[in-house]
Amino acid sequence: MESPSNKPNGERVIGHNGKARHSWFDEFKTSLRVGFFLTLRDLRRANIWTTILIIFVMFITFLNLVVIGGILVGLIEGSVVAINTRYSGDLIVSPLRSKTYIENSQDLVKFARGMPWVSDLTTRYIQGAKIEANYKDKLRETDITDSAGSLVAGIDPVAEDRVTGISKKLIEGEYLNVDDFDKILIGADLLFKYTPIDTPSFRTLERVGAGTKVRLIVNGTTREVIIKGVLKSKVGEVDQRIFMVDTQLRQLIGRSDYNVDEIAMRLKPGTDPLFVKKILTEAGFAKVAKLQTSEEAQPKFLNDIKLTFALLGNVIGTIGLAVASITIFIVIFVNAITRRKFIGIMKGIGITATAIQFSYILQAMFYGILGIGLGSAFVFGFLQPFIAAHPINFPFSDGILVATLGGTLWRVGLLLGATIIAGYIPARIVVRQNTLDAILGR
Amino acid sequence: MITVQNLIKSYQSGAGELVVLKNIGFNVRRGEFLAITGRSGSGKSTLLYQLGLLDYPNSGKIIIDGLETSALSAQERTAMRLLELGYIFQDYALLPSLSALENVMIPLLMQGMSPKDAKIKAVRALERVGLGDKLVNLPSQLSGGQQQRVSIARAIGHDPKIIFADEPTANLDSETSKVVLDAFLDLHRQGQTIVMVTHEPEYAAVADRVITLSDGVIHTVEERRAN
Repeated sequence: MESPSNKPNGERVIGHNGKARHSWFDEFKTSLRVGFFLTLRDLRRANIWTTILIIFVMFITFLNLVVIGGILVGLIEGSVVAINTRYSGDLIVSPLRSKTYIENSQDLVKFARGMPWVSDLTTRYIQGAKIEANYKDKLRETDITDSAGSLVAGIDPVAEDRVTGISKKLIEGEYLNVDDFDKILIGADLLFKYTPIDTPSFRTLERVGAGTKVRLIVNGTTREVIIKGVLKSKVGEVDQRIFMVDTQLRQLIGRSDYNVDEIAMRLKPGTDPLFVKKILTEAGFAKVAKLQTSEEAQPKFLNDIKLTFALLGNVIGTIGLAVASITIFIVIFVNAITRRKFIGIMKGIGITATAIQFSYILQAMFYGILGIGLGSAFVFGFLQPFIAAHPINFPFSDGILVATLGGTLWRVGLLLGATIIAGYIPARIVVRQNTLDAILGR
Repeated sequence: MITVQNLIKSYQSGAGELVVLKNIGFNVRRGEFLAITGRSGSGKSTLLYQLGLLDYPNSGKIIIDGLETSALSAQERTAMRLLELGYIFQDYALLPSLSALENVMIPLLMQGMSPKDAKIKAVRALERVGLGDKLVNLPSQLSGGQQQRVSIARAIGHDPKIIFADEPTANLDSETSKVVLDAFLDLHRQGQTIVMVTHEPEYAAVADRVITLSDGVIHTVEERRAN
């Protein structure tokens, strides 16, 4: 039997039957194993409802971290996606600042159609316009006519619908046919019943809907047209415009060339818009038109709001994280305090403080991992696909849930880290107390 | 096996300093069954806590198997308690969430033993105290005497050099107390060194030697049997 001894070099050996304490790493492994052993037994024999409640708190915290921020960002992301799908396509071409139209448009259109990465495109003629309604109800000639200023877009209804699918965004009436002569579509933002705003700088038309006759005044030419349908796409460029068949608009404004004002391109899935933009630039089209990816064409305020909302989401998430940490802290602290005597006994029979602390950390991790696992399954298995299929109907966008893998992993790490710390601190506080005092309950 | 020299232990109390152990000195021989007895407040439990490295004396030396323990760090004391010493507490001190078997296994696992080996050793220890059929029972499913025997099994599971028992029969009826004492005597016959605190003279009488404390000093030392 080996005896404990004070070695001449000052190193003490406390061993038994030839078995001395091992290296730091062995001690660590043993402590971890004993901690795991204790955790497993504690959890197995814990009150099931308490366990469920704590896991539920972690689950809610995870949702708070991922979903609140994700929806706030998704609210704007919904707008970004809408601009792409309902207006700009993946790539949008518009006139240079110094021009009123895209020069040599047909060359560009021909070139783009020949590119293997472009799946479809649509061209638009854009002109400033004024629309008047209820003019027959005027009592006196001097009465102000109910009118609104807008842009009128001349489109090929078939090509436009293939690229932007706006026919699905009709809330009243029907979509345009290629041979519609005196029919227009009108954006919901121009109608008082959908956008109840009436200020001197922004006028909307009252008592107007599908089937109403209105006057369209373009370039000084007036034509009485019937509103065939009302569009509401939650994209300003669509909802504040008037649409008519391109040949009719050309006729109305007396345009003889084929230079258009907008070209929206839809690219094949997986194509990088920047790559296609680069090809078009190298082909010299950047000299005659402004080439922008959908992202570049987004209004700056959208990005600003996105960043602001992301920040807001993080603030709310941080509060949730703090609440979860405090919850775990309290649970572990109460657990450790009520088991103070047993912690003392464990220390008394030689269980190391590290092993006892591990048992509480692992317990906290168990709650955290299970809450995160359930939260992830709920978010990625149900909530995100569900919201993608049924976007949240915000007034100015169809909100989606943005939860990227990287962002989620970061939050998972954060929550797990906070959980570990919240489990460790109370365990350490209790474990550091005097062993005998703990055993005797002093 | 144990040498105690000039041991003093005092506590700060409201009225001032309360000296519980006053310059105590004695030896415990290897394989000896030593009983420490005395009235309530005589300092016997306090003495056991010092010997078992659960507490720090104010001054004096405790040398266990040649090692002067006052120089040990907290970690070294924990390691020594784990590897060399065994404890039996008055209130059994079992972990309520662990079964009888798991309570005995815990210190063995902490020693670095594999779960399989720890289980074999723990089962053997429980069988030694007659609880081979209560392995999976939680402490709450055992009687007081059975819990105390689990506590003994936990103390002897790792073959400690010394067993310290603090009033092991205090919470037991006389019949169960006899079973527990028989377990001690059985261990003693196998060469185990035992230091037991008890306030009951008839239980102290089974030991080789009885030290009676009174007011923090050794009042009498009574040799019962030759070791």
